[in-house]
Amino acid sequence: MTTAAPLKQTPLHSVHRRLGAKMVDFGGWDMPVQYTGILDEHTAVRERAGLFDVSHMGEIEVRGPEALNLVNYVATNNAAKLKIGQAQYSGLLYDHGGFVDDILVHKVDDDHFFLCVNASNQEKDYDYISTLNRSYKATVEFASDRYAQIAVQGPKALATLQKLTHADLGGIKYYWFTDSEVSGIPARIARTGYTGEDGFELYIAPDEAPQLWTDLLEAGEELGIRPCGLGARNTLRLEAKMALYGHEITASITPFEADLAWIVKMDKGDFAGRQALEKQLQSGVTRKLAGFEMRGRGIGRDGYEVQVDGTPAGWVTSGGPSPTLNKNIGLCYLPAALAEPGRAIQILIRNQPVDAVTVPTPFYKRAK
Amino acid sequence: MTTYPENFHYTKEHEWVHVEGDQAVIGITDHAQEELGDIVYVDLPKTGTKLEQGKTFGSVESVKAVSDVYAPVSGEVLEVNESLASTPEQLNSDPHGDAWLVKIRLTAPDEIKQLLTAEDYQKYIDA
Repeated sequence: MTTAAPLKQTPLHSVHRRLGAKMVDFGGWDMPVQYTGILDEHTAVRERAGLFDVSHMGEIEVRGPEALNLVNYVATNNAAKLKIGQAQYSGLLYDHGGFVDDILVHKVDDDHFFLCVNASNQEKDYDYISTLNRSYKATVEFASDRYAQIAVQGPKALATLQKLTHADLGGIKYYWFTDSEVSGIPARIARTGYTGEDGFELYIAPDEAPQLWTDLLEAGEELGIRPCGLGARNTLRLEAKMALYGHEITASITPFEADLAWIVKMDKGDFAGRQALEKQLQSGVTRKLAGFEMRGRGIGRDGYEVQVDGTPAGWVTSGGPSPTLNKNIGLCYLPAALAEPGRAIQILIRNQPVDAVTVPTPFYKRAK
Repeated sequence: MTTYPENFHYTKEHEWVHVEGDQAVIGITDHAQEELGDIVYVDLPKTGTKLEQGKTFGSVESVKAVSDVYAPVSGEVLEVNESLASTPEQLNSDPHGDAWLVKIRLTAPDEIKQLLTAEDYQKYIDA
């Protein structure tokens, strides 16, 4: 028998309990997987608005004259292109080109970057960045304890949030942020998200989280807002084909394989993993992430084997029902030569090959 | 709170059995559907399939997970609830009634004695 460490809790833990959320162990955190039901919550975000506690996510602050140089060395995207108040999706790679994590880089000031990282990777990321910092001497701070994070997502997210802030939310462009206040609470308001909808992610002091959560639910009530759990977060991000660490991206997967070449800027100068990626560009990528839809009866789930003409060819990284499309969808790795849309594949479901076909991604894209 | 029918028998894997003579109806419990969440897919055996006690005979899938269904008792499948193919969500709304899974002819009726009573099952899930 293994003795598990006690589960970590977010500042909103008692609020979730009170709302009757179903809680699960998510990477060592006791997190709400659903409140009313995944389908109900998923639909709320696509059609109205949803509120997510994502306080388990980690935050790392990088400061000092060498901050930009360090960030641009540890991350694959080009942070030098960022303006103050702009955010960027990026990759943190090992020297061999595999992912340490995927992260959001926010430029707070010329000498201050704010990184949002995955919950279960935060200590690892901090250690990795700190090690690489030895030759830069920036100030790297593990800041997760200073932040709670709440996401408001959906077509009515702006209308909900605008009731509680003087900040001109319409003026914040996608992947930009502003430091302002919400409900009188100092907040970093970022127009980012993990659902494929318009929306905002709010970074606030942990103590303020329960009050802000309540205020947001109240403000959104007439607009049909729902508290949402990690279950809906996963179905929403899968439809939008946003990567999940441990699934689409891992230590043995490179950005080129994961269809994330757009977050790699080979021409920006040296960065961790660059040499390995250059080699991979020369030799060619052998496997690629592809989207699929089930054709036969059944649901291809995470980890299931993928076959082409009866031969093992890859594996499902994420799979499940798409509530928006009413189809069973998924993402899988396939040999690069077989990964283009329109290929007949089979997913091995409980030892039975079930027909599926590769399709273009994202599965869902919101109307602009 | 759900009341578990007194005339059903239950397993620790959250199936129920309703015996009528030498036949029985099998389903999953309210607790099972509650734990699974929105059910979107049900995989059931064909008529004539022989079920062996304790062995998996089908699966129920929710948005987030797959769960195997185990035969509470041995028997031969007489009828399958075909309506679950098109409306699996019935399992969330009426797991002890309309959303039964299969009807079987019992081949080892004594196995029933090994199952839990409603009271014992309630205690088991409350523990």
